Amino acid sequence: MVNLLSDGGKQLLLGNEAIVRGLIEAGIGFASTYPGTPSSEIGNILEKISSEAGLYFEFSTNEKVAMEVSAAAASSGVRSFVFMKHVGLNVAADPMMTLAYAGVRGGMLIMSADDPSAHSSQNEQDNRYYSTLALIPMMEPSTPADAKEMIAEAYRVSEETQLPLLFRTTTRMNHARGVVSFKPAPAPKAKGHFDKDVARFVNIPAYARLNRNILLERYAKAAELSEKSALNYVEGEGDIGIIASGVSYAYVKEFVSGVSILKLGFTNPLPEKKIAEFVRSKKAVIVAEELEPFVEDQVLRICAQNGISVPVYGKRTGHMPRAWEYSPDTLKGIAGLVKVQSFPEPMSAPTMKLPSRPPTLCAGCPHRGMYAAAKRAVGKKDVVYCSDIGCYTLGVQPPFQTADFIICMGGGAGAAGGFATATDQKAIAFMGDSTFFHAGVPPLVNALFNDHHIVMVILDNRTTAMTGHQPNPGTGREFGGITTPPIDIESLVKGVGVKFVKTVNPYDVKLATQTFKEALEFDGVAVIISKCPCPLELKKQKLLVPGRCEVDASKCILCDTCLKTIACPALFKKDGKITPDPVQCIGCGMCASVCPKGAIEVKR
Amino acid sequence: MKYTVQIVGVGGQGVLLASMVLGNAAMAMGYDVAMSEVHGMAQRGGSVLSTVRFGDGVVSPLEAAGSANMILGFEPVETCRNLPLGNKDTVVLMNLDPVLPSMVAAGLEEYPKMEELTECVRSKNPNLVTIDATEIAIKAGKAVAANAVMIGAVAAMKGFPIPKDVLHETLMSQVPEKFKELNSKAFEMGYSAIAN
Repeated sequence: MVNLLSDGGKQLLLGNEAIVRGLIEAGIGFASTYPGTPSSEIGNILEKISSEAGLYFEFSTNEKVAMEVSAAAASSGVRSFVFMKHVGLNVAADPMMTLAYAGVRGGMLIMSADDPSAHSSQNEQDNRYYSTLALIPMMEPSTPADAKEMIAEAYRVSEETQLPLLFRTTTRMNHARGVVSFKPAPAPKAKGHFDKDVARFVNIPAYARLNRNILLERYAKAAELSEKSALNYVEGEGDIGIIASGVSYAYVKEFVSGVSILKLGFTNPLPEKKIAEFVRSKKAVIVAEELEPFVEDQVLRICAQNGISVPVYGKRTGHMPRAWEYSPDTLKGIAGLVKVQSFPEPMSAPTMKLPSRPPTLCAGCPHRGMYAAAKRAVGKKDVVYCSDIGCYTLGVQPPFQTADFIICMGGGAGAAGGFATATDQKAIAFMGDSTFFHAGVPPLVNALFNDHHIVMVILDNRTTAMTGHQPNPGTGREFGGITTPPIDIESLVKGVGVKFVKTVNPYDVKLATQTFKEALEFDGVAVIISKCPCPLELKKQKLLVPGRCEVDASKCILCDTCLKTIACPALFKKDGKITPDPVQCIGCGMCASVCPKGAIEVKR
Repeated sequence: MKYTVQIVGVGGQGVLLASMVLGNAAMAMGYDVAMSEVHGMAQRGGSVLSTVRFGDGVVSPLEAAGSANMILGFEPVETCRNLPLGNKDTVVLMNLDPVLPSMVAAGLEEYPKMEELTECVRSKNPNLVTIDATEIAIKAGKAVAANAVMIGAVAAMKGFPIPKDVLHETLMSQVPEKFKELNSKAFEMGYSAIAN
């Protein structure tokens, strides 16, 4: 079993576990996040061990707040760590941009976990550009062991430049596993003191103009540090050079031979002299990096400024793809330039039709009940289903198809207001409890303020489910020696002035359908709160009261309403009979609630 | 020596535990280890894949298509879906217990017959070994121990570079105290099912 508080030895760690160990070895005192894959495990680990490790940790309401609390800690001399998925940094970009002007006192790392191939994301944006936009240093690890080692150095650089540092990872680093050696950890410093300095920390225009120059000086200092950093090094010999960063380095290192590799760990500002010297000594250079030509374009610029005419191959020449994550197979693109290990001929894909297996809502998932109710209440009406980011996004699949428009956290409710005004279609917004606190309150207030007649459904499953069941303001906090009460969503919604507010139990599909019909008819903003805990979370807390559904074959008319309406993975047709799967079924009774003949009974 | 196991299955089947056992056993043998796991959205009943690579000079967490030494299939359809991860010399170990996808449960798609699935593998690869891990696990005491059965079976597979005792010891270090007996028994029964 993994023990991140051990003081020595070697362990096989997930990239995210290695990062936590790196933080402990760097003696950080403060960490904050809003959960998002592929960064989420870090929060789940810190929730468990932060007290014992002697540091403060919180799940913040959203990434912006997470950035602000960590910024305050670092401005008070406490080493802080704020982490999120790539799209989370869009939310947190506002404070980050001006934080760079003020700078920090204690080291501060901003981890952006990017997701090339969009494994669990709505896009594959390349957040490395945030480092050039904000003028802050950036580091990128290639493996879990690399990440752990890099963190202590990242804090030193942050403190020397007095700038927050972007620690940029990708899914194949966060969710890779490798052998990591532990070093002894210092005692963390969790408390500091904020020494006032108005000209630095209050960026009114007069000060901001001056701080812009200070920022450029600090950025120049970062460039000097990058130039001599041990994280940027050359290994191997050959006429052809490969400049590699992130996980691309691992593929090049293992599967390409006879080349000289410039491995870049400190990737903003780039070590320009080191790059110029490297390229000048080669016949040709290849740049290996996922997503955008971030390094490649700068290498081309460095060559132009230094009068170097060595060919540079990469995305601009079509040798490397710009879309999706890399793998050893990607190297086939440069096999005409360098010696790439040959791989055996893969078996062909089966020609027979295999059933698809997309991720799906779990057996007993309360979202199924609310979606079934929505479909029944809406009937043939012309509606736009605006959805959001969470497990409930899976409502996009048949038989529900209750997602017509999804862009970002909280985006569904905002867009619903637009659809309600710009079209004659009824706009319905689904949103989870954690998402509601994250970014759902402003669009709700907007709908009231501008009289958008939307139906907002808050799918309150009492946890932040998709990312691994983190607490949120609606559940209250109970870890790290701090206990806070839950914030009641219904009171909040009523408090801002919503006149139609009803809380329903989605397991009672009939009643939920009736409530939904009333909401659709309501002349104004209507809010339905679908309140029912996630069964996975109940199982984890050992609170699930198990039950099971039984089908009375003498009453069942095989109309398949239960299958078509709820589509529960624990209920299927076997040998011409509707059959519950006793292993998966939790006895929620949604199927019983929609059965027209009362043929399904829940047994406890 | 380098060795790659591609473990395929469905979220919730214990693919992650199996990859942890193989990875830790490889580390105990002194090999370099690099692995890649699927976390997040795909775990909600979707297809999952874990890559376990070990040996000398292993750095990459991913393997090239066709290069798996072993495909460890926790579920028949997932095994077939992922055949392009291996080549004709790859060892394929397939559990015969199906997990029905939700589209099949809802009657929208069909699950192929088991003979068609085994024939699908055999038509491309002569090394298929099948096991009914869930049935064996039930005999050992509980269906959830099917992943321990699979790990025991791996220990008995031809050419697998990590010895049985190291795998067994690592499995024991990865499971909670109260489940040790069950897992140990399931491991041994999985081993015997293949070795005999």
